[in-house]
Amino acid sequence: MDYTLLFVQVLNGLQLGLLLFLVASGLTLVFGILDFVNLAHGSIYMFGAFIGASLTLLLGNFLLAVVIAVPLTGVLGYGIERLLARNLYDKDHLDHVLGSFGLILVLDTAAHMIWGPAGISVPLPAWLDGQVELFAGAVIPTYRLLIIAVGLAVAGGLLWLVNYTKLGMLIRAGASNRTMVSALGIDIQTLFALVFALGAMLAGLAGMLIAPITTASIGMGGQIIITTFVVIIIGGIGSMKGAFIGAIIIGLIDTLGRSFLDQLFELFMSESAAETAAPAVSAMMIYILMAAVLAVRPQGLFPPKVR
Amino acid sequence: MKKLLSAALAATMFTGLAQAAEVKIGYVTTLSTGGAVVGNDVKKGVELAIEHLGGKMGDLDINLIWGDDGFKPETGKQATDKLVKQDNVDFVAGYVWSNVLLASRKSALDAGKFLIGSNAGPGPIAGKLCHKNFFSTSWQNDQATMAMGEVLNQKGVKSIYIIAPNYAAGKGMVAGVKRTFKGDVLGTDMTTWPTQLDFSAELAKAKASGADALWVFYPGKAGGAFMKQYQQAGLKDSMPLYTSFTVDALSLPKFQAAGFNDVLGTQFALQWGPSMDNPQNKRFVADFRAKHDAFPSFYAAQAYDSMFLMDSAVSAVNGDLTNMDGMRDAMMANTYASVRGDYSYGNNHFPIQAYYLREVVVGEDGNWTTKIVQTISEGQADPYAKDCKM
Amino acid sequence: MGKITKIGWVTAIGMVALAVLPPFFLMTGQAFYLDLATRLVILAIAAVSLNLILGFGGMVSFGHAAFIGLGAYAVGIPAHHATWGGFDLIASYNGLLHLALAIGISALFALITGAISLRTKGVYFIMITMAFGQMAFFLFQSLDVYNGDDGLTIDVRSELPWINLDEPLQLYGLAYVSLVVAMLLTRMIVNSRFGMVLQGAKGNDERMVTLGFNTYFYRLTAYVISGAMCGYSGFLLGNFTTFISPDMMHWTRSGELMFMVILGGASTMFGPVLGSSVFILVEELFSHFTVFWHLPFGLMLIGVVLFIRGGLMGLFKGKRG
Repeated sequence: MDYTLLFVQVLNGLQLGLLLFLVASGLTLVFGILDFVNLAHGSIYMFGAFIGASLTLLLGNFLLAVVIAVPLTGVLGYGIERLLARNLYDKDHLDHVLGSFGLILVLDTAAHMIWGPAGISVPLPAWLDGQVELFAGAVIPTYRLLIIAVGLAVAGGLLWLVNYTKLGMLIRAGASNRTMVSALGIDIQTLFALVFALGAMLAGLAGMLIAPITTASIGMGGQIIITTFVVIIIGGIGSMKGAFIGAIIIGLIDTLGRSFLDQLFELFMSESAAETAAPAVSAMMIYILMAAVLAVRPQGLFPPKVR
Repeated sequence: MKKLLSAALAATMFTGLAQAAEVKIGYVTTLSTGGAVVGNDVKKGVELAIEHLGGKMGDLDINLIWGDDGFKPETGKQATDKLVKQDNVDFVAGYVWSNVLLASRKSALDAGKFLIGSNAGPGPIAGKLCHKNFFSTSWQNDQATMAMGEVLNQKGVKSIYIIAPNYAAGKGMVAGVKRTFKGDVLGTDMTTWPTQLDFSAELAKAKASGADALWVFYPGKAGGAFMKQYQQAGLKDSMPLYTSFTVDALSLPKFQAAGFNDVLGTQFALQWGPSMDNPQNKRFVADFRAKHDAFPSFYAAQAYDSMFLMDSAVSAVNGDLTNMDGMRDAMMANTYASVRGDYSYGNNHFPIQAYYLREVVVGEDGNWTTKIVQTISEGQADPYAKDCKM
Repeated sequence: MGKITKIGWVTAIGMVALAVLPPFFLMTGQAFYLDLATRLVILAIAAVSLNLILGFGGMVSFGHAAFIGLGAYAVGIPAHHATWGGFDLIASYNGLLHLALAIGISALFALITGAISLRTKGVYFIMITMAFGQMAFFLFQSLDVYNGDDGLTIDVRSELPWINLDEPLQLYGLAYVSLVVAMLLTRMIVNSRFGMVLQGAKGNDERMVTLGFNTYFYRLTAYVISGAMCGYSGFLLGNFTTFISPDMMHWTRSGELMFMVILGGASTMFGPVLGSSVFILVEELFSHFTVFWHLPFGLMLIGVVLFIRGGLMGLFKGKRG
């Protein structure tokens, strides 16, 4: 066993997990509090990537572009809430799924029409483009460390927001009892719109962060959204803690599966069979995990208490 | 104006009645999804060819109908069915992706149409499933990577690590490198296609393997993502990169804009390059650049060639499209002017052609492009040709 | 009573149109439109099967495309081995064997996944069925012997007694008759005591439980019937397209199937057929004009969800609805 490789892969898995968390946290907020199933959350992630990428090329500064682009995706989320999501709250989940499925088609095609099919590569400032040697042999790209740091910071901020602030209290109260919150004189519609915008900003930020690695491209939303749903279902819908733990688990399983499953398979099958079976099986593993969790705990690992 | 319209109307009605006045070509490529970045270049190549042909093949007007494969085998097959059954085309052409071609092949050939592959060249179609009415204007997938294996040998590379996507072409490309490379292959990672774009785990494994060099195959947008992560991982000095169909004229301007200097100097093997010195290529590259302000990719070049191949067939039979044998013989004889220079067809109707090593350089005008540094091989039949009973 | 309702008329006209138009297309040399009709009718069967549990049973399955794929591979895998050798146990072109495999394996898959999924409710059920669908998708993607992602070409169609599936019109006839049978079967189930319990549990599960019904068992049975029916449509689809790939099982396909049911009108007999017809025709029409056809298509989807209660069939309902 190569422990340096294992360490690097764990860091890679952690980075993927934190990125998933950024998307999942927004989804679990919207899902848990607004009781709205938003399949188009991934498309907001894609828009975040494209907006961030365009601004980076325009301004020539990646960090500045992110700072401007995050509120812009918030505005996008706000608009979606006003125009579409709001009208679906009192319908059932099936309508949410279908309505947001339609929204995916609209947003993905719109992105194709605006930015073309090619996608956009995002240049990084030189100080982020290098590598860091953590210890002998364990070299990882600086930028991936930055994603880890940002992910952890956002996670901390969100847990604080939900658990210790007035807004967080309202959010939690709004989830369990809408009428009571409005009776307190709080405009629940505005609150919901803000939560939706916050979720969109988190997804957009994730998209901006991944763009310098994978490029901003059409269809990236559809790829991440299902994984994200798996994360929040495993974690328990509406639970921030669950989303965090679920995301880290999925990130690690996916990365470690891709790195070591083929070696495991080679123990009992031919090398070429292992090479082709391993990626597909590691893709399947997260769904197996989800089915197993739901079979034992139908409400996920950390179901919120107020439900 | 009115007169003109009615004249045009009469003309279309007339051609509608007299059917043989046009040659119908169904061209299948990727026009939607992220894969459209390749498909659009194919389209540019075809459209330029129509321009250069004066809108005619022989005496027949070209009626070209596009089909979108949506980056999926199933959709590609449906598009092919439609072209064959509804539009009743004379030629079906195009196909960027091997899996789409494999899925669509039966629909076109069973209907008795000519099928011209302008990019994809999966092994089965060169071997067991070869067909008299199929012709390729590109390559058999394994060929270019077999040439790449030779390059690695010549450069004294002792061991490589392989990363490639897990689909028909990826498997063929990997098989090609492994067939000719004489050193050790220390590991092969096949990644989920086309969804996986984050290669952190694979790059870490490649680094840990300690191989002399890294070889990858990532066509289209995945190529951009891979190159970027290779640069970020800082492997250039310890593990030089060799690619096949990963760096192309479509991605180079993007790499340049994003400042990926590690791409400069990377080398790959191909049968064509924009710098090749023959009249057909000079005209093609110059007009393409004038029109689109960009270098053509090999996808566009092969698509351009495919139109001229069909032209040679139609001209040879004086526009008698029922004369399939005559058209087939004409294509087999391969008399058209290809942008890659002369080549011949093997028994399986795949090209037997020279391969050149191309290197990414800064061009005279400051734009990144490629130049040919050496000839790798003068041309041999692909490894599947022997399985083809034709 | 005894009078034919508006919905009755729509159903009758629709079914007659589906019976008459496609042969007409073939006679006038429009083979492509016969193809379109065949695809439409086959997907309608799948939509009818989904409607049984979604519309009448309240079980929103987001993984039904997996059954279509399983049914199609039940044709493709034996045919593949019959052509290229290997796996002698099932290597065959025998359509009856394919049919038995398609229905049997789909039913078994439905039984196993249903037993687990039905422990959950609401949105968890939607997502766990999706997860099982994705599992099937990735499983077939990993099966290198059957070309994984690249899919399988079926060189020889299933051989059935009396019917030659290579004849487009006979294939269409089989699909059409199958659709009618599927609709009648659904009607029979829904109107039976079993169907009453199923619909009762959709409305108020606890009441049915207190009345002494094991609603879990009823639901599971319905889920298995629906899965088997959907697998049958996969058998037809494989024989129709002669090309199958894991893509048939992707979650977006399950979403499209759900949309067909809702578009036409869930928990009606003709709704799923109307929904799949409109879906396929609009898709064909839009994609004809622009490669960006997903945009108006998505807008249409949103519009249907927002403004049309009870789907298109709801438009034909009297004031009582």
